[in-house]
Amino acid sequence: MEDFNWGFFLELLVSGVLIGLMYSLIALGFVLIYKSTDAINFAQGEFVMIAGIIVGASAASYGLPLWLAISLSVAFMVLFNVGLERTVLRPMIGRPIVAIIMATIGLAALLRGAGPFFFGAETRPLNLPIDDAPIIIGDHFIYLNPIHLLGAAAAVIFLLGFGWFFLKSRKGVAMRAVADSHQVSMAMGINVQRYFALAWVMAGVVAALGGVIWGSLLGVDTQLAIIGLKVFPVVILGGLDSIVGVIVGGIIVGVVENLAAGYLDPMVGGGTKDFTPYVLMILMLMFKPYGLFGKPIIERI
Amino acid sequence: MFHRESGYYKTTYKGDMAFYPLPVGRWSVALVGFIFLVVIPLFLDPYYLSILCLISIAVVGALGLNILLGYTGQISIGHAAFMSVGAYTAANLITKLDWPFWLAVPSGGIMAAAVGVLVGIPSLRIKGLYLAIATLAAQFIIEWVINHTPAISGGVQASIEVPRPVVFGEAMNTEIELYYFLMAFAVIAIVATMNLVRSRVGRAFIAIRDQDIAAEIIGINVFRYKLYAFAISSFYAGVAGVLYTYYLSIANYEQFLIVVSIDYLAMVIIGGLGSVLGSVFGAIFITLLPIVIRIFMDSFGAFFFDPVILAQVTAQFRLILFGALIMFFLVVEPEGLNRLWLNIRNYFRIWPFSY
Repeated sequence: MEDFNWGFFLELLVSGVLIGLMYSLIALGFVLIYKSTDAINFAQGEFVMIAGIIVGASAASYGLPLWLAISLSVAFMVLFNVGLERTVLRPMIGRPIVAIIMATIGLAALLRGAGPFFFGAETRPLNLPIDDAPIIIGDHFIYLNPIHLLGAAAAVIFLLGFGWFFLKSRKGVAMRAVADSHQVSMAMGINVQRYFALAWVMAGVVAALGGVIWGSLLGVDTQLAIIGLKVFPVVILGGLDSIVGVIVGGIIVGVVENLAAGYLDPMVGGGTKDFTPYVLMILMLMFKPYGLFGKPIIERI
Repeated sequence: MFHRESGYYKTTYKGDMAFYPLPVGRWSVALVGFIFLVVIPLFLDPYYLSILCLISIAVVGALGLNILLGYTGQISIGHAAFMSVGAYTAANLITKLDWPFWLAVPSGGIMAAAVGVLVGIPSLRIKGLYLAIATLAAQFIIEWVINHTPAISGGVQASIEVPRPVVFGEAMNTEIELYYFLMAFAVIAIVATMNLVRSRVGRAFIAIRDQDIAAEIIGINVFRYKLYAFAISSFYAGVAGVLYTYYLSIANYEQFLIVVSIDYLAMVIIGGLGSVLGSVFGAIFITLLPIVIRIFMDSFGAFFFDPVILAQVTAQFRLILFGALIMFFLVVEPEGLNRLWLNIRNYFRIWPFSY
């Protein structure tokens, strides 16, 4: 066997970590909603897609400046999610979890149709004003994509921000109380429904940011929604209601799929990238279903 | 108006346990049977018969999912993957070993049931969201395995051509023959499900759905019955997969992608969770939806959209309507089309003296 190529390994590892952090950003929206409203959002990837499409359409096709396009997309996501919470999710509070899962699956289908229906189905570029020449580090020639770096940095900032928000700020504490028990927090004078809306709004904003970053990496079209499928391994590995878990889970998924793509793909003929995170997730579900940092649920009648 | 219960006394256990205790119920079932088995095949165009063939297949699959989701309360987003297991098992047996349909159909179902049990094993510890994600993972993993194993998928295209089924020495080549062939399976599936859900097993399923811890305390082996539910549901899915393969005369994994799983979920939800009739309604509704939209778009779409992108717009429009309908039914009418039908029936039961 030839010498182990450390440079190749390191490159896979580092870019895996960066991509993993970008997954964490998407998964964060999911966790935010689950943490405070107990609702499961299967449409997180579609949120990302629709936000990306709005940025792409307004910047590339209507020639708006980037900052305006991004604010437009964020504003849309906020309004859309407030409306969504009002019309669909609020009436479903207290219904079985399967019903909420199905509602968001329906929402996902709707958004996947609505995105290209209103904005056109073509793939648009989404160019961030940064130099996309690869950055080369060290004598092993590790190539880093600057967009990966930017995405990972944005993810870390957002994750830290939300960590602070939940631990220290008054609203964040209220939100954790809501997550713990709707009834008790109502009795303590917390406006539960407003916090539900706030959670969806925050998830929408995070999705918009994710849409910009992933859109600049992959181009903007309906395929962007596939990112949403990475959310599940990330949150299951990390634990559904933990922000630390999201970071760790994201990094694990990013590294594992990058290594699989680097080492296993040549052996079995491709496709392992989409598949290994799910195998990992199944193992996790069998042995430790609440994830690395999740809170076990004790059930009573 | 005709559906009067009064005056009929159930004097035997047999009479009490009948599916349709009232003569009017029996007559209407007989009438529906007569229309579907005699009138429709005689007078309908082959194109409409082919739609009915698709509906028959969908009925089998939807009943399977309803047993799992509607009666046992276990969600599965991998229904289409189980269908593909059945389809490829049967396709290999038919082409390589030359098995007849009456062996190939059940063996496809049994193989799917075995895989279903394997996927269902984690359901002891996990439920709700976790189960949804586990079955989603199963969908991707099964898809990948089939696609990357030439021994199963039959080479590069991942598709196997299958001859039409031969019944009593006669190949089912025309639409009418296929219609009878598939309809027979749909009828068997409907009767089997109606009997299943009122048996001991079915009642255990319902107890688990309503409160699984309570079910365990009253002596139901929850794990075993959850696995039964997965096995039975996957068996139906596998059979539906085999039938679809026979119908298309080709087994191809692209017919069993995740969107198909979601179609089946939509059938069960829009039709009515935990109801046999609802599954049938849902199967009809979801199968007809794209066809109706396409006919509508073909006739009126050109007024609104560029003809070049019309096909694309039709597909997008279908997705929008589909998603909106799922959400609408979940929020407004969680019991689905079945509830609407019951409301209509109950209204006319005492009509015109509504009080």
